[in-house]
Amino acid sequence: MHTAPTLDYAVPQAATAEYPSLTLAPPEVATTPEPDTTSTLPGWQRLQRFAAWWRAVAPGILMTTLSLGLFIAFWYVATKYRWDFYIRFTHIPSPGEVLSNAANLVHSNKFYHNMGMSLRRILLGFTIATGLGVGFGLLIGQYRLARGLLLPVFEVLRPIPAIAWVPMAIMLWPSNETSIVFITFLGSFFPILLNTIHGVHSVDPVLLRAGRCLGAKDFALLHQVILPAALPHIFTGLTIGMGVAWVSLIAAEMISGQFGIGYFTWEAYSLIQYADIAVGMIVIGLLGLACSGGIRLLGTLLMPWVSINTKGGRP
Amino acid sequence: MISVANQASVRGHILVDHLRVRFGHDRSAVEAVSDVSMAVQPGEFVSIIGPSGCGKSTLLNVVAGFVPPSAGQVTLDGKTTDKPGADRGMVFQQYSLFPWMSVRRNVEFGLKMQGMEKSQRQSAARTLLGLAGLLGFENHYPEQLSGGMRQRVGIVRALATSPQVLLMDEPFGALDAQTRVVMQQILTRMWQRFRISVLFITHDIDESIFLSDRVYVMTARPGRIKAEIPIPLPRPRTPDTAITAEYLAIKHKLRNLISEESLKAMGGELKDGGLGGFDIDVGPQGVAELI
Repeated sequence: MHTAPTLDYAVPQAATAEYPSLTLAPPEVATTPEPDTTSTLPGWQRLQRFAAWWRAVAPGILMTTLSLGLFIAFWYVATKYRWDFYIRFTHIPSPGEVLSNAANLVHSNKFYHNMGMSLRRILLGFTIATGLGVGFGLLIGQYRLARGLLLPVFEVLRPIPAIAWVPMAIMLWPSNETSIVFITFLGSFFPILLNTIHGVHSVDPVLLRAGRCLGAKDFALLHQVILPAALPHIFTGLTIGMGVAWVSLIAAEMISGQFGIGYFTWEAYSLIQYADIAVGMIVIGLLGLACSGGIRLLGTLLMPWVSINTKGGRP
Repeated sequence: MISVANQASVRGHILVDHLRVRFGHDRSAVEAVSDVSMAVQPGEFVSIIGPSGCGKSTLLNVVAGFVPPSAGQVTLDGKTTDKPGADRGMVFQQYSLFPWMSVRRNVEFGLKMQGMEKSQRQSAARTLLGLAGLLGFENHYPEQLSGGMRQRVGIVRALATSPQVLLMDEPFGALDAQTRVVMQQILTRMWQRFRISVLFITHDIDESIFLSDRVYVMTARPGRIKAEIPIPLPRPRTPDTAITAEYLAIKHKLRNLISEESLKAMGGELKDGGLGGFDIDVGPQGVAELI
């Protein structure tokens, strides 16, 4: 289809001969990475390097250990001596009980099943929210018609917390499982949508003009220029959305659930297995941490250009 | 010298005919460009110079197809330029490279939009980057390049689709003086090689003389063409060209024309700025001496 510019200008050698100084344009940045000399260093020098590295990271490690250690120590003391001054630690499990319960649960298939169910719901709800949130966000951000038709509905629905949807969701959807996924989806949809719209609006107009000058038509512009330019904002939305997704999921599981880590935690309360409550809470925290870590990782993989400024060097 | 030279030299004819551009409506309307007629011949390098805010960028944006004319028309090879397209390559003042693409993919973008297949695109990009002395930086991201290199990539990217004209909106305005001189030489060589028409916006007198075949001087807002100055200096031009009598005579003439306009623009600003009663009674010549 395209034949015209099949390189009338494909003459690099001739070019060098005719315009020798063209190739003389000096590279204006030096990006040569420092040669890795660690292996050739004498031992004491390597030791010095290690010492310098240790001096740099040691305070951080020390502080973190101290912070967590003090927290657990307080927990231990408060439960051991049954602190009962306004806050009541009388029925709170001690760190030791929680640890031994956790050790037992590691062998329980039921526990893994609960974790798996929660993860599955998060994954489903969050993925659908990402697809719809980014899709609608791009359309609303870019086209006035989409904005006019869709935004009012979303603006009205947005302030309603996902949890408030629980009774309605149970009536709306054929199964309990679907309604929990729906609640999870709702929680993460709005942050993703709003951040995508914001991302589209903050695309540097000069990039759009450059794209159009280079022949990008409507869809290509949306897909090739606006989407990648808005990606940093979209990822902000994903991070927030993931947090809200967990909040909504756990609440939905506690209210209407069968299975799931939120259900496990609530069931532990009903069955007076207090140590399991703490285990459930800790697992929820760890899963949430892992999920936002996963999103951050995905972000650095998909947007290598963003971290260049801080890293220097080549990608 | 190359086949493309003869082929391209018959295309790239820009004609601006009684162009008028107004922004806003009714009473609040501001006239940015007022009855401008001008032309760029195929293969010609034409600069437009004028005080800031004179509407020279607006004029360029009409040629690019971003701003519709209020009256008159702009054509490229007989076709009205009512929307942007790959027949007009554009280089912007701000950095406009796509930060998420490597240098190579930036250059390939226009060809990809035309549906050219990957291997062809890649070799085209390599050739062009080689011409601009950028081989070895193909896989860098724009963020990793200096300002001068980024603008070189910008020029190469605009040239990749074999446009008939190159529209440049103060492309070297953000660069330091030394880089700017190097960039001007590179641009001249690229222009000679591609035999492409160039419409170049600048407020730098030396830059306009060094690069152009012809310079249009625009008046302060609303922008009109005040003068058309041919630059008959022989090519190749070198930094030494800038100390010849011929060069200095042209520079003198341009400077006088422009300082008159800058003075007008500034006078307006001073009055607008509440310095009522401040009267500038230095003649244009006098201000030229001051500047």
